[in-house]
Amino acid sequence: MGDALRAYGTLAWAWLRAAAQYPVSMVLLGLASAAVAGLDAAGIGLLFSRVHRLGGFGAAQVLFLYATSQLAFVLSDALLGNADLLARHVREGTFDAMLLRPVSPLVQVATEEYSPRRFAKLVLPAVLLAIVLPRLDTSWTAGRVAMVPVMVASGTAIFCGLWVLVASVQFVLLESHGAGKALTFGGSFLTQYPMSVFARDFVRGVTFAVPLAFVNWQPALYVLDRPDPLGLPAATRLASPAVAVAVCGLAALAWRAGLRRYRSTGS
Amino acid sequence: MSVYPWIAWFALRRQAAYLAMALAEGLTNAFFGLLRAFILIALWRERPALGGWDAADAVTFSFVTQALLGAVQVFGGLDLTARIRSGDVAVDLYRPVSLQGWWLADDLGRATGTLLLRSGPPLLCGALVFGLRVPGPGRIALFAASFVLAVLVSFGLRYLVALSVFWLHDDRGIQPIALVLTLFFSGMTVPLVVFPDPLRAVAGTLPWSALVQVPGEVFLGRGNAAGALAFQAAWAAALLLAGAAVTGAARRRLVVQGG
Repeated sequence: MGDALRAYGTLAWAWLRAAAQYPVSMVLLGLASAAVAGLDAAGIGLLFSRVHRLGGFGAAQVLFLYATSQLAFVLSDALLGNADLLARHVREGTFDAMLLRPVSPLVQVATEEYSPRRFAKLVLPAVLLAIVLPRLDTSWTAGRVAMVPVMVASGTAIFCGLWVLVASVQFVLLESHGAGKALTFGGSFLTQYPMSVFARDFVRGVTFAVPLAFVNWQPALYVLDRPDPLGLPAATRLASPAVAVAVCGLAALAWRAGLRRYRSTGS
Repeated sequence: MSVYPWIAWFALRRQAAYLAMALAEGLTNAFFGLLRAFILIALWRERPALGGWDAADAVTFSFVTQALLGAVQVFGGLDLTARIRSGDVAVDLYRPVSLQGWWLADDLGRATGTLLLRSGPPLLCGALVFGLRVPGPGRIALFAASFVLAVLVSFGLRYLVALSVFWLHDDRGIQPIALVLTLFFSGMTVPLVVFPDPLRAVAGTLPWSALVQVPGEVFLGRGNAAGALAFQAAWAAALLLAGAAVTGAARRRLVVQGG
């Protein structure tokens, strides 16, 4: 574990230094990535230019969901995001070279082309979170204040687990790559909105089958002191850290199983 | 027989080679269609008749645009870009056919293949979960014309972005700018009818609306179909002419390295 972390740090730093060789490109790419990431926020802004409430939630509350969802997603993307590119490595046969090196292939894939622009996308959600927190119209207790960083941390862990799970499936079903995006990018999109806009059965699916509701929705109900449309017990709102641990454990098992099943594409 | 239909045919066949992959992409399109439909239903519940549409229009729009998204390549990109960077474009220019014509034929084949392979899952999902507005045969024909024009406009824009690499040597700066403009002004982020008024009028005159918003409206039978097709055709013609002019300039600019 310690070795893997050290290797992660070394490789990430090497890629960062490589990116810094082209400072203008690096800054422009950072700005551009931030703008692409800001589109979803612009979409929410446009919706609220026409209505005051969406699914029973006001603009500040929806932006709170947006900010926590995107902080978690961007952090997971910064840590592991390139797991998305695993399918390409498997298809092109370059994954074989990774297996020959004395570093975990997950670390190699995750740090590939590590670039500061991965963090540029954090700026907008962080700023929005700072703006909306005082406008949330909730009575702040110590527990609610503590829940905000806890939900971002567990959301990050849940998304990390999903990246690895989706990547693991690609060892077996190479062509599942496109459908995995529904889970990762789709999860990032759907957690920006209150679950009260979705149909109940759909919300049950993203609570119990794929635990996206624990990224920010359930903890947000606790922070905002709102009733759960599904009527789940109050303890569910505090379950995000436990769910995150379970998802990551499952992902670790799946990755190992996938790696064992891996067969080179040959030539 | 001219070479262009063959280029288009092989591009179409290339899509069919990755059948399972296209289906997987189609499933993701269906999922996003579902999410957008739920969100727009919540919006129309607060503001019925927003922008002259009803909730059924908004739901149909969500799924039809997801069905189109791959074919009109909203996320950008043209294989030509990598060939300009690597210098392989010299081989393309060597051929006794027009560079623009070659890639246009390739793109039309790709778009047809993608539409056939990837539009099924989102349309089926929308029809099963919500029920979609199904247009009559006349409107389907108008929509088919609008789709072809949307692909032409999309190609026109992506071809210009690709040719900019002759001057910039790299597309990583311009690509995200093109992406933001396309996603925002095409009606992909939010349908243009939701835009507040001055912005909506401006967005309606820009070429990106011809990619998603206009074909969507033609499918729904909202607005004047003849005017919509003329708008798309005008942008397609303007962009293709601009592409032809820039191709000439790029041809004079190109220096192939090595010997």
